[in-house]
Amino acid sequence: MSDAKNIDKTIVPFGDLGAFDSKSYLNMELLRFTTAGSVDDGKSTLIGRLLYDSKSIFEDQYENIRATSERRGETTVNLALFTDGLKAEREQGITIDVAYRYFSTPKRKFIIADTPGHIQYTRNMVTGASTANLAIILVDARQGIVEQTKRHSIIASLLGIPHIAVCVNKMDLVNYDEAVYNSIVAEYREFATRLKTRDIHFIPISALNGDNVVNRSDKMKWYEGVTLMYLLENIHIASDINHIDMRFPVQYVVRPYSDEFHDYRGYAGRIASGVIRKGDKVTVMPSGFSSKVKSIELDGKELEEAFAPLSVTIQLEDDIDISRGDMLVREGNVPKQSQDIEAMVCWMSDKPIQLNGKYFLKHTTKDARAVVKEIKYKLDINTQHRITENPSIGMNDVGRISLRTTAPLIYDAYTKNRDTGSFILIDERTNVTVGACMIID
Amino acid sequence: MSYTLNHLKTLEAESIFILREVAAQFQNPAILFSGGKDSILVTYLAKKAFYPAAIPFPLVHVDTGHNFQETLDYRDSLVKKLGVKLLIGSVQESIDNSRVAEEKGYNASRIRLQTTTLLDTIERYKFDCCMGGARRDEEKARAKERFFSHRDEFGQWDPKNQRPELWNLFNGRMHVGENFRVFPISNWTELDVWQYLAMEKIEMPSLYFSHKRKVFNRDGTWLAESPFIPMKPNEKAEEQVVRFRTIGDITSTGATFSTASTLDDIIQEVASSRTTERGGRADDKRSESSMEDRKKEGYF
Repeated sequence: MSDAKNIDKTIVPFGDLGAFDSKSYLNMELLRFTTAGSVDDGKSTLIGRLLYDSKSIFEDQYENIRATSERRGETTVNLALFTDGLKAEREQGITIDVAYRYFSTPKRKFIIADTPGHIQYTRNMVTGASTANLAIILVDARQGIVEQTKRHSIIASLLGIPHIAVCVNKMDLVNYDEAVYNSIVAEYREFATRLKTRDIHFIPISALNGDNVVNRSDKMKWYEGVTLMYLLENIHIASDINHIDMRFPVQYVVRPYSDEFHDYRGYAGRIASGVIRKGDKVTVMPSGFSSKVKSIELDGKELEEAFAPLSVTIQLEDDIDISRGDMLVREGNVPKQSQDIEAMVCWMSDKPIQLNGKYFLKHTTKDARAVVKEIKYKLDINTQHRITENPSIGMNDVGRISLRTTAPLIYDAYTKNRDTGSFILIDERTNVTVGACMIID
Repeated sequence: MSYTLNHLKTLEAESIFILREVAAQFQNPAILFSGGKDSILVTYLAKKAFYPAAIPFPLVHVDTGHNFQETLDYRDSLVKKLGVKLLIGSVQESIDNSRVAEEKGYNASRIRLQTTTLLDTIERYKFDCCMGGARRDEEKARAKERFFSHRDEFGQWDPKNQRPELWNLFNGRMHVGENFRVFPISNWTELDVWQYLAMEKIEMPSLYFSHKRKVFNRDGTWLAESPFIPMKPNEKAEEQVVRFRTIGDITSTGATFSTASTLDDIIQEVASSRTTERGGRADDKRSESSMEDRKKEGYF
């Protein structure tokens, strides 16, 4: 039995982020971020800290993990237990799968995709990164930039995460030394010149003691930047979505078959990017027919305009044959259309990608089949080096491939549009998702 | 005009997208309806997703027979209001047909028996997809759940071997006899749900609001006095001002002392609460991994 008083000391009191005003929640934005790493680099402690200081850990949850820690003979409350959900994970003390965590402050609601950091879990990292606005990259101040730091950063860049926050953690263990921090920042900046991500922030923290996580540290007066929480709450994410190229993949055709709405034919879907207004001239892909937007609505309420990522139903002036998998776009701003696709793939199956192998393919709301025509290279995920000699892309590998599809895809480059530039490959025999692909222009 | 959405509108757009994917990808999907706020939310989102067409899924209530009368009344009026079809899978029937045996003792519960009834109901109506109002923030096993959760021909969940789910691409492919559970409001928290219900002014069952009720304390949980729960000799029912944070089977749903009588009151209460909503659920307290174990057997 461990001492209850001792356990309580491992948790600092709740930070105060202010009360929820009864209507202020109507102005809260949603930010999705990903954290990748192993238990050792303090990832779980950092998440525990964010959840705890934002009052998102509840007494019964705390009591639950306190009791578990005690039963397992641990002398302190193991914060990692907050983030490990499955029995196998708790038994082995490792994170196997993506876990989603939620917390909010009066300004924003946050979704954390918490993923394991080892190379054998690259696929989970990719999954977590696919929808994130921001990636937190943890660096142990004592170790500096290591292979794992580079791998996480390369994945974040490859998956097009717009913002990276490099948190130099465990500053308490290097005496909060500015020189240590500066040399890590300099080394990372040098490495980051090869990344696509342009917006990179650096913060010296101690997740264990809470320095610069939610509250400013008085031990690092030399640091003039913001805390991690301030960054998460204030970083500009409205421009993360492409508001220029209107893309509306038709998801479902709404036909009421009722007397009142006898001739109603609405195209339901989620705007992938851009803005659409009533009266806009649109082109239907792949048929190429043109029409005008008669109405944009949701739940019977008409909207003058709508933008990504809203789910709406659109009616057109003309009666055209349109079905799921087609795409409405603005006249004069059309995406590409081809059966020959070049893509980066992250492979997620034990069985390596097969040259000339056939797979089911899912892209926007369209289903097709694809054959692998060429495996161009495998990417060394730690160095970005291209391996072109007999490249084989197996579990957790990233590489470049050429595909031929049974029907033309209507797409944009992934770097321009994460929604119309991504697709998945599915094994035809097992129906399992085996490849995550990003289209190259 | 600024092209930003608040978090509730963002969540709504995501959930509607999922509901429409289900309608497009499956032949015979259904919504599992418990009468709780989460399944009510899913039902209202389904109405929004397909309007002016009717909701293209029936509601399926796996009925333990141990209900609050208020839940049944609300369910029936909602079904009428939205013009949606209601199908009932009865745990009592499963017991009468010897498919399952009733648990004995003071803490007897029909929660575990629900799984058999649910799987029998799926079989009977040949559903290839059942949607539920489960949320990832509710419980640690649920935090690992996918939007599209594949189940084998025995209805089992294999948590260590889940399909990766990337971007907004949902893979609903399966073999004959298998099926999917889909969770359109995975990313909502309890607070999001209440904020949305308030924003949309959705009428909710009276059980969620403060009222007087005879309750008794068992192992720290305040249970409603009802013919379905035998009381121990030392237990005594007393009248208290309470409300329910979650609504499920009457035998395992704990009441909380509360004077919250409007949606805004509830939002304030939830925002300042120091315990989770499932903290009052006796079904989760049976063991550390009771939810994970039930899900592996086929529970939603």
